Amino acid sequence: MAVYKKVETREAPSGSKGILHWLRDNLFSSPLNSAMTVLGIALLLWVIPPFIKWSIIDANFVGHTRADCTGDGACWIFVRAKLSMFMYGFYPEAERWRVNLVYLLFFVVIAAFKFLKSNGFKITIATLYFIVAFILIRGGYFGLPEIDTNKWGGLMLTIVISAVGIVGSFPIGILFAFGRASSLPIIRSVSVTYIEFIRGVPLITILFMSSVILPLFFPEGVTFDKLLRALIGITFFQAAYIAEIIRGGLQAIPKGQYEAADAVGLSYWQKMLLVILPQALKVAIPNLVGSFIALFQDTTLVLIIGLFDLLAMVQLTGSDSHWLGFETEGYVFVTIIFWVFCYSMSVYSKSLEKRFNTNLK
Amino acid sequence: MENKNDVIEIRNLNKWYGDFHVLKDINLNVKKGEIIVVAGPSGSGKSTLIRCINYLEQFQEGKIVVNDIELSEDVKKIKAVREDVAMVFQHFNLFPHLTIVDNLTLAPIWVKNTPKKEAIATAMEYLERVGIADQAKKYPNQLSGGQQQRVAIARSLCKNPSIMLFDEPTSALDPEMISEVLDVMIELAQEHRTMVCVTHEMGFAKKVADRVIFMEAGQIIEENTPEEFFENPQSDRLKLFLSQILSH
Repeated sequence: MAVYKKVETREAPSGSKGILHWLRDNLFSSPLNSAMTVLGIALLLWVIPPFIKWSIIDANFVGHTRADCTGDGACWIFVRAKLSMFMYGFYPEAERWRVNLVYLLFFVVIAAFKFLKSNGFKITIATLYFIVAFILIRGGYFGLPEIDTNKWGGLMLTIVISAVGIVGSFPIGILFAFGRASSLPIIRSVSVTYIEFIRGVPLITILFMSSVILPLFFPEGVTFDKLLRALIGITFFQAAYIAEIIRGGLQAIPKGQYEAADAVGLSYWQKMLLVILPQALKVAIPNLVGSFIALFQDTTLVLIIGLFDLLAMVQLTGSDSHWLGFETEGYVFVTIIFWVFCYSMSVYSKSLEKRFNTNLK
Repeated sequence: MENKNDVIEIRNLNKWYGDFHVLKDINLNVKKGEIIVVAGPSGSGKSTLIRCINYLEQFQEGKIVVNDIELSEDVKKIKAVREDVAMVFQHFNLFPHLTIVDNLTLAPIWVKNTPKKEAIATAMEYLERVGIADQAKKYPNQLSGGQQQRVAIARSLCKNPSIMLFDEPTSALDPEMISEVLDVMIELAQEHRTMVCVTHEMGFAKKVADRVIFMEAGQIIEENTPEEFFENPQSDRLKLFLSQILSH
């Protein structure tokens, strides 16, 4: 029998590797490309050094009042002085451990998920987490003083709104996606109407509707928590977008999968939840996470109905008479926080895609 | 049913796709344990016919009775029929997000409430029989076409069906993988399960079929024992068909 020897992959020829080659290939491949590269470098040189000078070299880090900000650069003392406002809003200082505990529990739950195999367990634990988080943050039970929602603010409020929006809109979106793909005309037309109506209206309008117009329909004396109204509005708004994204995933599933599920005897819901949805979600992960990132950023719109999320907190603290004129530092800080959150979600999305990839060869 | 031994009875079945008349007045009875091969040119309605038997396709006229249950839009009846009728598809249709063993245990666990351990044991037994027990933990896309089709057959066997429908099970396979699937099917045929196979494998038909049916343009044109079917075809259309598929 012939004996075959494994041949190692040859190294690339010297002309097609190394930094010089990379530069030539990617940055100077044509006259136009070279011009763009030079222009780009000039732009960076123009923007970055002044920013570094402002944010680090000339910046002030030490001190407690604005009098300590003597340099020409950024006054990070402002951010430090207002940090607790950025994080918790008007949430009473003595009770902030409750919020921190909810953050901590989040990581505990994530860690626990690594060790749990059964999906049922995971769902139970996640549900429990949300109940515990609600009780801790809002209070009113087990001797915890109740904290009115108008005291909630800053990053904490941003997280509450986006978490409720994401978790709440997901199942509703799935139902509407199924509804739109349903063979029953009534269910289908209800779903289509809902989705198209919501998608035709900006989020701001829905927030205004929920906070200004909706109360007009309530009987005298009945009040509905403002945050709760915003949460419901955002959840149902987001659900329409989730439904469309999942519908895209559903359309990617071959007809044979439905037929095979029917043929082995699964019921409609078993077929959809055990066979179709897992595959559709896998296809939809990038778009879903993209939509959740957009939602996280859109939460800043709650400012217009008088809720003070992270961004609104900068505006508020910036108008503090002791700290006039330092909003810029606040906005830079908030930008970084938003970037960290959004980028984390984006990285998580990539890892999810990898984990659910069963097209291994 | 008119005849006690019949497990499938099809009476005056008519089906249209829009204006297109796919099935024209089909009448067919299948006895318990009988092995039927349905042949015919593509587009003749043979796949559509067997897909009506487990109600993957609806029909407009006529009736189909399976195991004494007359098919209708009634979900309970459809479910009852499907519990005892298995189907193997041309494109396998395994669930790509589940491992091989999970593909087999999904329906027993969720439809029949079989305890997980028991379901896995049964699944492994059938995987053993089709010769792929060692691949149980892999995902469908890691297997060859022939292996995937054998998994699909094992999956359909898990509910121990009395009737098996095969919808061109070897048409999507590379030539060298066809025999491994046919071998499994021949073995099944020897177990006296009722089988209705749409296939172009005439060797298979000669070997195991009790009856061969020839369809053309939505009608059953000829129906005979395999010997008569191949040696003594009656209609010109069948003669032409046989000369075309057997000539090379």
